[in-house]
Amino acid sequence: MFSETIELRGHIIDSLILPKVLDEILRAGGNFKIREIKIGERRADQSYARIEVSGPTHETLDELVLRLRQHGAEVTEKVDVQLAPAPADGVFPTDFYVTTNQQTFITLDGKEIEVHPAIMDSGIAVDREAGRATAVKFYEVRKGMKIVTGHQGIRVAPIQRSTARTDVFEFMSNVSVEQPKSAIIREMAREFKRTRDGKGKILVVAGPAVVHTGAVEHLERLIQWGYVDLLFAGNALAVHDIENALFGTSLGVNLGHANLADQGHENHMRAINAIREAGGIARAVETGLLQRGIMCSCVRHGVEFVLAGSIRDDGPLPDVITDAIESQKAMREKISGVSIALMMGTMLHSMAVEKLLPATVKTICVDINADVVNKLTDRGTFQTVGLVTDIEAFLRELTDCLSNLNGATTSERRQK
Amino acid sequence: MRELLLCPPDHYGIEYEINPWMSRARGADAALVQKQWKDLHVTLSKLDCKIELITPQPKLPDMVFTANAGLAVGKKFIPSNFRHKERAAEAPHFARWMEEQGYQVAWLPNDYYFEGEGDALFAGDALFCGYKFRSDINSHRAVAEMLGCLVISVELVDPRFYHLDTCFCPLPDGAAVWFPAAFDEYGQRAIREQVKDLVDVVPGEAMHFSCNAVVLDRDIVLPDGAPKLVTTLRDRGYRCHELPMTEFLKAGGACKCLTMFMPQRDSAME
Repeated sequence: MFSETIELRGHIIDSLILPKVLDEILRAGGNFKIREIKIGERRADQSYARIEVSGPTHETLDELVLRLRQHGAEVTEKVDVQLAPAPADGVFPTDFYVTTNQQTFITLDGKEIEVHPAIMDSGIAVDREAGRATAVKFYEVRKGMKIVTGHQGIRVAPIQRSTARTDVFEFMSNVSVEQPKSAIIREMAREFKRTRDGKGKILVVAGPAVVHTGAVEHLERLIQWGYVDLLFAGNALAVHDIENALFGTSLGVNLGHANLADQGHENHMRAINAIREAGGIARAVETGLLQRGIMCSCVRHGVEFVLAGSIRDDGPLPDVITDAIESQKAMREKISGVSIALMMGTMLHSMAVEKLLPATVKTICVDINADVVNKLTDRGTFQTVGLVTDIEAFLRELTDCLSNLNGATTSERRQK
Repeated sequence: MRELLLCPPDHYGIEYEINPWMSRARGADAALVQKQWKDLHVTLSKLDCKIELITPQPKLPDMVFTANAGLAVGKKFIPSNFRHKERAAEAPHFARWMEEQGYQVAWLPNDYYFEGEGDALFAGDALFCGYKFRSDINSHRAVAEMLGCLVISVELVDPRFYHLDTCFCPLPDGAAVWFPAAFDEYGQRAIREQVKDLVDVVPGEAMHFSCNAVVLDRDIVLPDGAPKLVTTLRDRGYRCHELPMTEFLKAGGACKCLTMFMPQRDSAME
């Protein structure tokens, strides 16, 4: 929504001009926020209202404001954003504006332009000639780039809560172990199907617990049915998934019988070695070495994945990006279009991903640890659902719900 | 004793078309024009008021409609800022003349359209001001600031009733005669809120500009062709003086349009 601020002065209450203006805004399909209102005390006293008017496009907003001017509305001067050059590569000017993950607009030469992408903890670089405003991280700053400083001429547009449907994301604002989980998961399944059938993309962020808890087959099914468009994980998830595919164990524990395998602690190392020898996960699938599991399903169904390395890694697998900034870049590149992020069993990875997502992405955090879920959902600006539960139980239930929905399990994945 | 400003119709005619009533092709009958205006003058002279006359100017045919000269309250006169260039040149004549009569002339900023008493009528302690076709709502605010009174701005929605005085006429007993369809729903609500006793005029009679009446205490001078309204007013104890106004209706004006009170009120706070 684009917005303009107007002021009304006069006997706007007794003349009913104020309600007339507000009704006119709504009739035009716009929205308003009364930023300030001063009502005259005595009969002859004038009143004042400052109203932020928003409309879906520049055109509808301009037309609307023109009509409102007939009723005495005056447009407040739009103040331009302040810019300063970056003093050096990778260095922002002092007092640079720091973004949130919400839709943000800046006023440049009297006109509002949107900042892309909506990503938090970034600066805003402006290209005046092109009329473009871009969110930039430290590593993208070049000396001389025009960066937004201070706070004037910047407008943050919080999420428009949809009043039409009360979906599960609307009412889940706090985390508790006492939740009607089945109902929530059922709603979630419907949301997943809507997203898959529409234009949205589903991102899954998975920790190795997905494998340890024996949930591999459920995630495989989600991939098969087209409910995973993108997977972010670390070395560990891939390693233990492959360990399970090759040896039936995860961290040496037999996933079929839940007992410790003989020499089981060696299995994950042998799994890493096998993939390193094959030249990577895709190669391993091609040659038939890797025939099942999450990573195999991703390769077979064309699901892109980014494996970000950490200091805890063994190996790592050849597909893992070991440089932290390079990992961030890779993830950033791929997240455009994501509308739901399902984050399971990894606090640090989930936090990293949350920092990349715009506030419009609906996030689901699943962990057995309430503190982890709390930490991840306590982000204010996100539409978030937090579930404190075992991952295998969750994924089993989610896939069960999906299999009960008509048409939910057709295995043709639409190319998006 | 009330004072009224009139302007003889020596240069009156339909020379341009700035409202739906005007038609240059049809024009106005010069002899009838003189007769109808004289009848108005004579009728008013016989009532409890003093008539002042301003010299008509060539090329300003609508100067007869003195209601649009401006708004006089106490000794202050706010001249009009006409929307149409055809009438714009009238304003300095009226301003100069009023100044000579001892009024303090206070102009509004010249980008605020304001067409005087034709769009600004006191009823009770509020000044009702019409906007859209001629006066701007911005001018209302400026007038309110100048006079220090409550201004009720009402939007006019029928181009045939383009000035407030064509569809709204306050009466001394706190009531008002009006044609509701000329206002938008908010204007109607605002008027109903402020004026508790409203006399509705039927569309047929409204078209005869029956709301465009000069009210002098218990005497009401109005165009003929409104028998229902006349009956209602007589029942309320008013004396009605009906006059043919055909030649002035051809310019979209009638009795009230042809007069301006000097002043409309002695004080804005009454």
